[in-house]
Amino acid sequence: MKIIVNAEPREVTNETLEDALTELEFTSPAVATALNGRFVPREDYSETSLSEGDRLEVLAPMQGG
Amino acid sequence: MQLYGTDISSRLLLGTAQYPSPAVLQKAIETSRAEIITVSLRRETADGSGAGFWGLLKDSGCRILPNTAGCHSVQEAVVTAQMARELFGTDWIKLEVIGNSDTLQPDVFGLVEAARLLCADGFKVFPYTTDDLVVGEKLLEAGCELLMPWGAPIGSGQGLRNPEALRAMRAHFPDVPLIVDAGIGRPSDATRAMELGMNAVLLNTAVAKAGDPVLMAQAMAQAIEAGRNGYIADPMDPRDMAVPSTPTLGMAELI
Repeated sequence: MKIIVNAEPREVTNETLEDALTELEFTSPAVATALNGRFVPREDYSETSLSEGDRLEVLAPMQGG
Repeated sequence: MQLYGTDISSRLLLGTAQYPSPAVLQKAIETSRAEIITVSLRRETADGSGAGFWGLLKDSGCRILPNTAGCHSVQEAVVTAQMARELFGTDWIKLEVIGNSDTLQPDVFGLVEAARLLCADGFKVFPYTTDDLVVGEKLLEAGCELLMPWGAPIGSGQGLRNPEALRAMRAHFPDVPLIVDAGIGRPSDATRAMELGMNAVLLNTAVAKAGDPVLMAQAMAQAIEAGRNGYIADPMDPRDMAVPSTPTLGMAELI
């Protein structure tokens, strides 16, 4: 299915967020995610299923003021 | 000083953005003796650069204060705060809800609303706000235990645009920690903020964009300490006319 990951269209075959993140090669533990504008806690990754057209944000620590 | 029940001895909070290199950032943190550093969250890149920065942050030994910089709505700010809490393992959040892209001034209505939601959810909110007293009161009612009024627009380096308003805040909120966040350009600006009774100063661009960020970090630390001591020492009041400092009693008659 096609989903939008960090504003870019991507194709994923896995249906759970946990497996999709691995498929998308987000392997760093230092990330947090939001799906369609809502925060998804790490412990919910395995039970969160993705649908066509979902918007996924994967954020990492960055310099800030 | 105590911020949300945590003893903090350094009154300089340092931002981590815009340094010439990670090595300079690391050295500036050390030299500033900051105990709290601010960070943000941005989209993870393919090279996993976030993990490297996270390593640098951990090595610094500082307490992390994540921000919601760039958020223009309550929802964005709240979701960003939730992501930051998980990512950085802290319930501290520097709450920014920006109302205007040019001035980066806070949307104080959104700020109060986001603060209420986040405080109710257990966050310890550091609100980036204006120097408006009524907004300050609303933020405290929402559950904030400290306020971070701006000195001047973010990154402008203009110093304190309205020192009288900060003085009024100090008088109006005698027991609330006040941290000047944004606008400081030079060490003298930081000293002035501290002489007005502010409890601390949050800086980033003034250090990162100095010709020598490491030396500026030291200068800012010294300026903040000097200003704090000056405030505690209770300065004399200015006088309209000269008053001799050398005793006049016992002057010889020499003509």
